[in-house]
Amino acid sequence: MAGQRVVVVGGGLAGLAATMKLCEQGISVDLISLTPVKRSHSVCAQGGINSCNDQTRQLGDSEWKHFDDTVYGGDFLQHQPPVKEMAYWAPKVIDLMDRLGVTFNRTQEGFLDRRRFGGTLYKRTAFAGATTGQQLLYALDEQVRRWESQGLVRKFEFWDFLGPIQDESGRCVGAIAQDMVSMQIQAFPADATIVATGGCGLLYGRSTMSVFCNGSAASRCFQAGAHYGNAEFIQVHPTAIPGADKLRLMSESARGEGGRVWVPRQPQDARAPTSIPESERYYFLEERYPEYGNLVPRDIATREIFNICVNEGLSVESGRMCVYLDLTHIERSELDRKLGGILEIYEKFQGVDPRDVPMKIFPAVHYSMGGLWAGYEKNADGGLVAGSPLNQMTTIEGLYAIGECDYQYHGANRLGANSLLSCIFTGLFVGPGVENYMSQQKALAGELEPSLFEGAVAEHERRHTDLLGISGGENPYLIHQELGDTMTRAATVVRSNDQLDDAYGKVDDLQRRAQACSLSDTGSWTNQNVLFTKALHDMFPLAKSILKGARQRDECRGAHYKPEFAMPSLSETDPVARRQEAERWCDRFEENSRRFLKSSIAKLNGTDPEVSYEDVDTSSIPPRPRLYGLVGAEVIEEVWKARSATREAAVQTSGT
Amino acid sequence: MTASSASDAAVETGRQVQKINVRILRQDGPGQPSYWERHQIDYEENMNVISVLQRIAAQASTVEGESVTPVAWDCGCLEEVCGSCTMVINGRVRQSCSALVDRLLEDNGSEIELRPMTKFPVIRDLMVDRGRLFRGLERVHAWVPVDSYYDMGPGPRQSRKEQEEAYPLSQCMSCGCCLEACPQYNKVELHRRPGETDEQFEERKQAAYDSAFLGAAPISQAVLFNAHPTGKSMKDQRVEALMEPGGIQACGNAQNCVSVCPKEIPLTTSLGKAGRAATVHSLKKLFDR
Repeated sequence: MAGQRVVVVGGGLAGLAATMKLCEQGISVDLISLTPVKRSHSVCAQGGINSCNDQTRQLGDSEWKHFDDTVYGGDFLQHQPPVKEMAYWAPKVIDLMDRLGVTFNRTQEGFLDRRRFGGTLYKRTAFAGATTGQQLLYALDEQVRRWESQGLVRKFEFWDFLGPIQDESGRCVGAIAQDMVSMQIQAFPADATIVATGGCGLLYGRSTMSVFCNGSAASRCFQAGAHYGNAEFIQVHPTAIPGADKLRLMSESARGEGGRVWVPRQPQDARAPTSIPESERYYFLEERYPEYGNLVPRDIATREIFNICVNEGLSVESGRMCVYLDLTHIERSELDRKLGGILEIYEKFQGVDPRDVPMKIFPAVHYSMGGLWAGYEKNADGGLVAGSPLNQMTTIEGLYAIGECDYQYHGANRLGANSLLSCIFTGLFVGPGVENYMSQQKALAGELEPSLFEGAVAEHERRHTDLLGISGGENPYLIHQELGDTMTRAATVVRSNDQLDDAYGKVDDLQRRAQACSLSDTGSWTNQNVLFTKALHDMFPLAKSILKGARQRDECRGAHYKPEFAMPSLSETDPVARRQEAERWCDRFEENSRRFLKSSIAKLNGTDPEVSYEDVDTSSIPPRPRLYGLVGAEVIEEVWKARSATREAAVQTSGT
Repeated sequence: MTASSASDAAVETGRQVQKINVRILRQDGPGQPSYWERHQIDYEENMNVISVLQRIAAQASTVEGESVTPVAWDCGCLEEVCGSCTMVINGRVRQSCSALVDRLLEDNGSEIELRPMTKFPVIRDLMVDRGRLFRGLERVHAWVPVDSYYDMGPGPRQSRKEQEEAYPLSQCMSCGCCLEACPQYNKVELHRRPGETDEQFEERKQAAYDSAFLGAAPISQAVLFNAHPTGKSMKDQRVEALMEPGGIQACGNAQNCVSVCPKEIPLTTSLGKAGRAATVHSLKKLFDR
């Protein structure tokens, strides 16, 4: 149908990839973003983007193995068809980005250079120095500018998405947004709407995320009735630099290029790190995980660092928690060529050259594995049906979610260098599905009854005016700080039911207090105060979903860790007893999978979420225990393999 | 002074001052008069100008105790890769996230002075409209003109040397520091006429931008894409854009751009290359006639 328009909300990798793909399909796009799209949070991604490649292939790698690493790393909590599709697209995505002019590092012969990242034994990761996200984003920004110059894209930068507009049947027929400069509220009729608005790190106060990653857009869809999946899975990155305003990421690529994590064996050894001899250093990741070493998956590295500081008392400093991340054994020129960007960040913000002195780092909230529930249509090969209108559609018809703000790709824990991939992949992949969805519609959104849009504008204008008039004496910035502290204490690395219950009560209280925020700016020009307060209000539904999801999940899976329910290592030494113990371990594992190998799905009911569960499609790769570093892993693996073989035989017998 | 002793000194200075004085040049909206406002906040370790502005927003009152609106400013990543938070700090244009308070106090212990950039129209307080910069990228066709986004195999093979030349230019985050520092780059500020629609105003603005000086950042992007094996195919169009009014000939070679670039991009090298490309192109046109 001629004259169709799509609204894309968010101009990071996912939003820009979707925009350029839709333009190529001849569809006009209104692109709405809180910030000039070139400044989106994707710029902060450092390490790289994964795909199976010519070199790894010859070492036994394949798209299937990338798929397998991703679901194993994610503790099997993702539906497998979308993940499979993504892994098989990965080499094509990198080829496209290469054609678009991304300045990927090159080998001596001129091929794309690759490095190793966590959770895999292959060098799959293509990279552009240590600013890969920035470089990928710029390439997409340039393509979108190209379409903008041809009139297919209208950009609305410094516009805040206030929510979807729905017709009487609940179908999404556009978006409502507010100009952050003039404060004018406007309706954008759209035949399909795509939200690509990233993560919600600001719920935690300080994180590695940019200031606009407050989750408000996803929350506004959630409040409009969209479901939210796996909220409790928040990735805490093992290595960040603590700061007063933000926790700056220190990329996994530092370890991918040979960086080693250690602490002095003697607690709070006062000597300079470079004068502590090898024998007095505890390379705890390498010792505990000989196979993966410093490149264990992120949830594991984070817990180990946390544990070494909190429980073992080996933090480098006594006053605050940190461990060394050491690059000083690597050639300077090599470091500059491959990691320049991140070393400059450390140097600039810490005033110390990490080429000479080991860095001091600590874990920080980094990524939201959970997000808006999004659907898919599975094909016969266990991948996705290309062009299906259901791919990436939320529970609101006509509203799509892609990138970090959907819940589909990373399960309980995301592997490093898979996020850039999932963002670009979903952006490119959603286009044809959106086109097919729109072709099924009978009328153009732009030609619907104008009162539908006028009503939505009026409602949001009223809310805005009401907010300006409140004088309850609360300060939104201070409430945000309290929210961040509460969430950081209760819902990061180690979780307990007592703390989660307590935090839920506190957050509920903060939510009530937030309704009584007095604004220090009640004007109608570039009022950042009121915009912040709106975003703050919208943080609570997501914060509560995280806490409730975590509270109800009495197990350990990926980033969600409750020591009370941890699967123990084996303790028996006698081989027969050990074997029996492994059998019991596997029984317990199977029982736990039956209960908890399910996505949590939050629906909002008033001010509180209700969390129910959805079975996970594990049809391609049967779930297996994640055994990184567990004592007795080899026996458990043996038992598990025997059980799997029996199961497979049973399936085959019944099939014939 | 070594880096660590510098930060120790700052902490000591911090203990003495306890309070940080901040002077901010504010402006309520476009075309309105600007005015200075003084704020005071408690000193904390490891602060940057962003955290100073966050404290000021939460406090919302001046040093005199007068209630005021929070200062408007633009920021994003807070780690100097997004380009949002450019402002003039103690007289120098830079990113406010990487402007560390301890260092600023070493230079001037009595106060920190914040002003908006002067070469772009002020929206409010420290926030300016840098739309002209992005328009510049469009003017010079800063993209690789690929056929499609279908799977067509890898891009052209490139040597490590080519990558190492391109990468620094590609790190430009459109922060605008080079434009603020450039004596040839002058502010273009238009005000809406009565009865003018959004579209008409936007069109008039873009037309004004299109005849004004591009500045170093967009010119350097033209050089970047002219060096790319596929991007090259549009080289003539880019060079012609550089030869239009407001193009490379407007560069006065003051070399301020390169000295303020937070990413240390070799901007003067790019400007030199752009100038030579323009000369070669005009000679070629002369002989082709």
